[in-house]
Amino acid sequence: MLEASDITFRVGNKALLSEVSVSFAPGSLHLVIGPNGAGKSTLIKVLAGLLQPQTGGVEYEGADIRGASESELAKRRAVLSQAVEVAFPLSVREVVMMGRYPHFGGRPGPVDEKIVDCLIEFFDLAEFIERNYQTLSGGERQRVNFARVLAQLWRFDGSALPVSVSAATHSSCRYLFLDEPLTFLDIRHQIEFMKKVRDFTDAPDVITVGVVHDLNLAARFADQIVLLHRGQVVATGSAAEVLTPEHIRNVFGVEPTFIPVNETGVHLIFD
Amino acid sequence: MTKQRGSQPAILFALTCAMLLVLAASIRYGAIDFSIPDISRALISLLPGQPDATLEQRIFLELRLPRAILCLLVGASLGVGGTLMQALFRNPIVEPGLVGTSSGAAFGSALFFVLGGLFNLGANLWTLPLAACIGSVISTYLVFLLARSREDGRASIVMLLLTGLAINALFMSAIGFLSYIARDPQARSITFWSLGTLSGASWSAVQIVAVSTIGGTTLALRYAKQLNALMIGEEEATYLGVNVNRLKWIILSINVVIVAVATAFTGVISFVGLVVPHILRMMHGADNRFLIVGSALTGATLLSLADLIARLALRPAELPIGIVTSAVGVPVFLLLLRRRQYVF
Repeated sequence: MLEASDITFRVGNKALLSEVSVSFAPGSLHLVIGPNGAGKSTLIKVLAGLLQPQTGGVEYEGADIRGASESELAKRRAVLSQAVEVAFPLSVREVVMMGRYPHFGGRPGPVDEKIVDCLIEFFDLAEFIERNYQTLSGGERQRVNFARVLAQLWRFDGSALPVSVSAATHSSCRYLFLDEPLTFLDIRHQIEFMKKVRDFTDAPDVITVGVVHDLNLAARFADQIVLLHRGQVVATGSAAEVLTPEHIRNVFGVEPTFIPVNETGVHLIFD
Repeated sequence: MTKQRGSQPAILFALTCAMLLVLAASIRYGAIDFSIPDISRALISLLPGQPDATLEQRIFLELRLPRAILCLLVGASLGVGGTLMQALFRNPIVEPGLVGTSSGAAFGSALFFVLGGLFNLGANLWTLPLAACIGSVISTYLVFLLARSREDGRASIVMLLLTGLAINALFMSAIGFLSYIARDPQARSITFWSLGTLSGASWSAVQIVAVSTIGGTTLALRYAKQLNALMIGEEEATYLGVNVNRLKWIILSINVVIVAVATAFTGVISFVGLVVPHILRMMHGADNRFLIVGSALTGATLLSLADLIARLALRPAELPIGIVTSAVGVPVFLLLLRRRQYVF
């Protein structure tokens, strides 16, 4: 369980988050939506332990993360950011291997090598591994970084795939945060990416919290949607509960039309 | 794209061989050439029960040999310092003196020459390095102090970079002033020292620089993985479990110690710290585990080569080594840059 209670985060006099309380259950995909400047990225950084809120606290399974060191957190929490620049030439394989850095001391062990191999295959990166990361396109880079971030959380149970490992063998949850991960991806890679996130989150010990802009993607993939507006939580719940015409009108300032798709789904268009 | 030519161990082995080859040339040739039998006789004379060394053998044992070894150590220090600073600042144009370390050392020694002239203090083995060391600690501390943010006491990398530039300019102008008011012998000393020279090498200097170089490099290697993580940004490194603020202070401290100690005995030697990491990155990418060891070996080799040229070019007189490192280093560096295989 990931619990944020009464979070207020200020920069100067401006409150980027005020009195945000929200909880996230394991095995579910939680997506945060809201207009620009709503505090989505700030919330992700507070939840991930990068920013310290002035009031309130974040608990991973009942333990306040303020007491945890960077290296302790890194073993079970990974964050995928928007655009990752590498300052010097570095091979794609080494960038993916960085995900294993929290787990080994001097040199990577056989398990680390194995996990990196798995993810390179999983993300179809085999042709890139010797390439310099700096020469990749935005979309290719994002795939490499997603592989790196999953390598950080991957647990190796002897079999190559799938990722899911029963929660019973590991006491602690794994936390995956995604800060606008779809920015540089084309439509096909957006869908593939969200499916991979979905699959990974099906493991019963994984808590995934992500920020997305596309309300239709949020509605399709999320178990829980958190709607943020001006640093406050306006609504949380299922897509049907959160994506109401009233919320969309008030928060995003656009007029939604709901078009039925198949038997169950709806598609949103905006005016 | 990075070409991964050869494996890491193979490259490091080749670099070690190159270093030993240059070392051999550097102890053999100079104002006086020593033949291989001369060298072995000189070394044998150190054994107990052997007749006392002749004058020539003493020149070899007390001047040539410590100089060659000091040169390796100082070159290694500058190479490692350059690698550490470029990794920390995530910037390929940074050199080890950036945070004020070498300009402070130059200022300390210039002040020493001028005041020494006034109060009739002689420069001996200890006083000059001490003055240089104090100067570099003061200037580096000043940079750190001014670069700290008022809000949380952390120094951002950009603030350190800009503050370092400003403080360097300030100290260089102070050195300019000192050499302007200095009378002739002191003024010449200031000039010679700010161009770097290994002519003051001694076994005591070798011992002290050996401790800082080997200790600093070993310690730095333990942080190579964290420096790699820093390549993808401070935030990302934090997510990978690195305490970035702590890493900054550790790496800056290692750099200050190794560069200040080396500079204290040899004066300001430019360009080695800047060029060496580039050469290695062109060979085998930017993995810091490889870069730190490789830059120690390459720095040692290049500085020994430069010292050999400095001693042979105007034989029996010698050039300040800083002139050689810049005159030879700059064209080679520009050539490498134009052929570079990677993007900044």
